[in-house]
Amino acid sequence: MTVILDATAIHKSYGTLHVLRGVDLRVVRGECHCIIGPSGSGKSTLLRCLNLLEPIQDGRILFEGRDIAAATRREAPGIRERIGMVFQNFELFQHLSALDNVALAPVRVRGEAKARARERAAALLAKVHLPDKLDSFPDELSGGQQQRVAIARALAMDPALMLYDEPTSALDPETVGEVLQVMQELAEEGMTSIVVTHEMGFARRAADHVVFMDEGKVVHAAPPEEFFAPDTPLPDRLARFLGRIAH
Amino acid sequence: MDSPELILRYLSSERFLYAAWMTLAISLCSLAGGMAAGLVVALLQEARLAALRWVAILYLWLFRGTPVLFQLIFVFNVLPGFGIVLSGFGCAVLALSLNEGAYMAEIMRSGIRAVGFGQRQAARALGMRESQVMRWVVLPQAMRIIVPPIGNQFIGMLKLSALVSVIAVEELLLVANQAAAANFRYLEALSAAGIYYLGLTTIFMALQALLESALRRRGRKPQGTFLQRFLGATAEAGRVR
Repeated sequence: MTVILDATAIHKSYGTLHVLRGVDLRVVRGECHCIIGPSGSGKSTLLRCLNLLEPIQDGRILFEGRDIAAATRREAPGIRERIGMVFQNFELFQHLSALDNVALAPVRVRGEAKARARERAAALLAKVHLPDKLDSFPDELSGGQQQRVAIARALAMDPALMLYDEPTSALDPETVGEVLQVMQELAEEGMTSIVVTHEMGFARRAADHVVFMDEGKVVHAAPPEEFFAPDTPLPDRLARFLGRIAH
Repeated sequence: MDSPELILRYLSSERFLYAAWMTLAISLCSLAGGMAAGLVVALLQEARLAALRWVAILYLWLFRGTPVLFQLIFVFNVLPGFGIVLSGFGCAVLALSLNEGAYMAEIMRSGIRAVGFGQRQAARALGMRESQVMRWVVLPQAMRIIVPPIGNQFIGMLKLSALVSVIAVEELLLVANQAAAANFRYLEALSAAGIYYLGLTTIFMALQALLESALRRRGRKPQGTFLQRFLGATAEAGRVR
């Protein structure tokens, strides 16, 4: 059991707004953690802190055994290479084809040969079920297709950990399934991942741990079979949240 | 000699042809210099270090706050006093480049700003350093956005170059003036110069329309007819994705 990520007592504030109030999260290699919770609970902020897009004020983030919370500006890019991130709004590079979106970072960051990077990019696009969209530009793709390209783009750097920040929240309902399916396949292949999501079905099917956050804290965390069991007593806030989601 | 014949004679004369070439050369060199200066100033404005941002502000303040004619005469007359002796052409290009840089900086910065924060964040998340984010993600997208306003600057520069006649560079306006002063046939001499200006600006507009078509991503249909794009080249300037 290799612990990939061990975050303890994470505190994050924007000015006087205390967004994360001592969050702990421990992720073992191959696990999929789903973080759920009301908007404003700090879920997305937590993800952005984990790959150093946001500095934290207090706490420790051990990633692959190393405390990265104290990484300098120069060190941060090297750490982010190892942590893939998928955004709610895809953020594909608009001026590049699907293939070039995926191949860009391997070529420019890792110095991989172009031909080899494009070959791998094509394989990754096939893996996310888009083998025929290599030359399509982002504005020619549906939301679900764009998000799958974004997943392939993150995978191209061979990350040890994938972060998904509400990956299906901006999608049309009919394309949500194809994205969740890709994520589930990856999780089943052993890709370690943390998913901020409102998709309870996905959490039930794919997660090893479901984490409920509210007001900057982890309120409840359990394996899905326990988390969603009909007769376990739940913290009030969680029960209310689940009740709202169900309606 | 009747007017059309004289105009034709001027148009085909070596002096006018050379003057047109000077006008073109000054414009192209100043534009290239202006773009280089503009990019540097735009990047300085985005710098993390406050001192660098102040350098940019000082530059903009100086070169937008004084007339370009003043800058030309200043470069031509004052720099030699400090041991910097440039040809008339050199002075013209230096002054026009520095002046143009101030306007280009604003255009480039608007292009850089128009590329969303999310794009930079996505690039950072892939492990790119700030310089790589700028080079591979932000600038290529900003370029597309700023082509129409830069085309306008191009055309503006051709016309601005007439000012350098005051420092005795043999460009179109000076040559036309000299020709007319000899025989008082202003209509013919200025018409010939005007035709050259129109010819040059037409070529530039066409180049701009072609460049916009080339930069447009595959899969996206050209907006409007070629003529519409040709004449209304700026219509797309505000179209930002």
